[in-house]
Amino acid sequence: MLDPKKHQFLEDKAKAIRKEIVTMVYRANSGHVGGSLGATDLIVALYYNLMEHEPENPEWEGRDRFILSKGHCTPVIYAVLADCGYFPKQDLLGFRRPGSHLQGHPYQPKTPGIDASTGTLGIGISTGVGMALGAKLKKQKHYYYIVCGDGEIQEGQVWEAAAFANKYALDNIIGFVDRNYLQTDGHSEKVMPMDPLDTKWESFGWKVFEIDGHDFEQIITTVEAAKKENRPVMIITNTIKGKGVSFMENEAEWHGKPPGKEDFERAMRELDKVP
Amino acid sequence: MEYKKTRQGYADALIELGHENEKILVMDADVAKATLTEQFQAVFPERFFNCGVQEQNMLSAAAGLALEGFIPFASTFGVFATCRAGDQMRSSIAYPKLNVKIGVTHCGISTGGDGASHQSNEDIAMARTLPNMTVIVPGDYEEARLATHAATKMMGPVYLRFGRDTYPVVPAIHSKFTIGKAKVLRPGSDITLITTGIMVSEGLQAAEILEEQGISTRVIHMPTVKPLDVGPIVSAAKETKGIVTAEEHSILGGLGEAVAGVVAENHPCPVYRVGVMDVFGESGQSAELLDKYGLRAKNIVEKALSIVRS
Repeated sequence: MLDPKKHQFLEDKAKAIRKEIVTMVYRANSGHVGGSLGATDLIVALYYNLMEHEPENPEWEGRDRFILSKGHCTPVIYAVLADCGYFPKQDLLGFRRPGSHLQGHPYQPKTPGIDASTGTLGIGISTGVGMALGAKLKKQKHYYYIVCGDGEIQEGQVWEAAAFANKYALDNIIGFVDRNYLQTDGHSEKVMPMDPLDTKWESFGWKVFEIDGHDFEQIITTVEAAKKENRPVMIITNTIKGKGVSFMENEAEWHGKPPGKEDFERAMRELDKVP
Repeated sequence: MEYKKTRQGYADALIELGHENEKILVMDADVAKATLTEQFQAVFPERFFNCGVQEQNMLSAAAGLALEGFIPFASTFGVFATCRAGDQMRSSIAYPKLNVKIGVTHCGISTGGDGASHQSNEDIAMARTLPNMTVIVPGDYEEARLATHAATKMMGPVYLRFGRDTYPVVPAIHSKFTIGKAKVLRPGSDITLITTGIMVSEGLQAAEILEEQGISTRVIHMPTVKPLDVGPIVSAAKETKGIVTAEEHSILGGLGEAVAGVVAENHPCPVYRVGVMDVFGESGQSAELLDKYGLRAKNIVEKALSIVRS
């Protein structure tokens, strides 16, 4: 069981990160709020509980790597990295603005803590399998946490990477499909059916788990179980797109739409009420 | 005249480099017998990764290996690296400026029998528009070998372009290879020929023919298409009546247009391009296709004469 104090700590972090996400996208009047809110609990669990990392030493060779393959959800990773201390929180003001290191999609050369550049879908997991192979060649023990979108896995390249990870037995990869069933143009199973995901990944040689992506206990115990596997792991992470803001929840229109002033204020009021 | 494969220069260099530097890795996408990287595999099996028929994943995974400090040489045919995996070349490699070397073979019309589907006549254009990308088109076996060594010594992405066939050995280009430096192969004051890749031998033959007609012909070989060595181009524009470019590639977007751009902005003069017209190729033997698609010394001579006589 997760210690109640630790649990509350993660809840508090998730709340603060969600407020930061809504604020960043509102301020920039641009960005992806829905998927960021949905993936918040997972990424909070990783950075504040599961991953070995040193924000003051972002190039540390022994750190666990994190790759946001669904690269459009930069608001959540930037908010987390700033909170951890990878760069000043002040930098978040520059999100999607000229001259800022905080690009619309993650750019590894510029942003401390970003381990791989992503943005066009499919390249994140694919870069990740290359990195994981590199770590194997160097006999390093750290993990590669890779978060894919459920729209993203419609890309053929994702399945190329899946086959590659199986061939080279990359058991240092713990992947997630952020399964919220919504993508830009609507319901994922209508845009392009991909279910059943579990047998798809299993048939590519991956160990599959399925969890509630808003349940810290499940996230943490499942990742711990994943580390015991001797093959790549994919965790189907069921989430609610827009989680935490009632009018954004399960609404595809909030995939890439910034909130106006009224919506922003309403969202912040709702998030403030979260215990 | 001696003929050798440019791709063999690539394969030989990889083995030499493999002995020098354990960070050198070679990846292929199920064409190792054709790119000749199977020769590296035979010597360094633990540093060779066959990605199967998945060029997109190969290029992104190469980016991942570069992020881990390795120097991956991702090898496939030109058409697959640029057209099939263009996004991965752009977004995974060029944009973050990662130290990935993309070694491609079967470029140009001399790919031959496989036909237009495999004859990459557009890849220089695609590669050179990517910021951070260095584009090298060696002229013969030895230059291919030297260029592969030079690419390894520089940090950042490099696109190395080779052909399928055997091509004339051109001793004049075997001097030290410096990325971004043109080689002036002969002086001349009437007309300038600028070549890249295997067209260097046709260019030198064209110069002989022109000289016989009393036309003083400068020949500049430009194995690095990007970054372009601007100085010799501007000098040629100033000092001769015009320039003929020659490349085994579409006349769109390759060396010819790069040279024309430099000339237009610095010292306008006539620039004629010898290359594949805006058409797809077809199956045939390498030599007959080079004839049919106008990639011969006589085609260069024709353009040169039209400038000199105008």
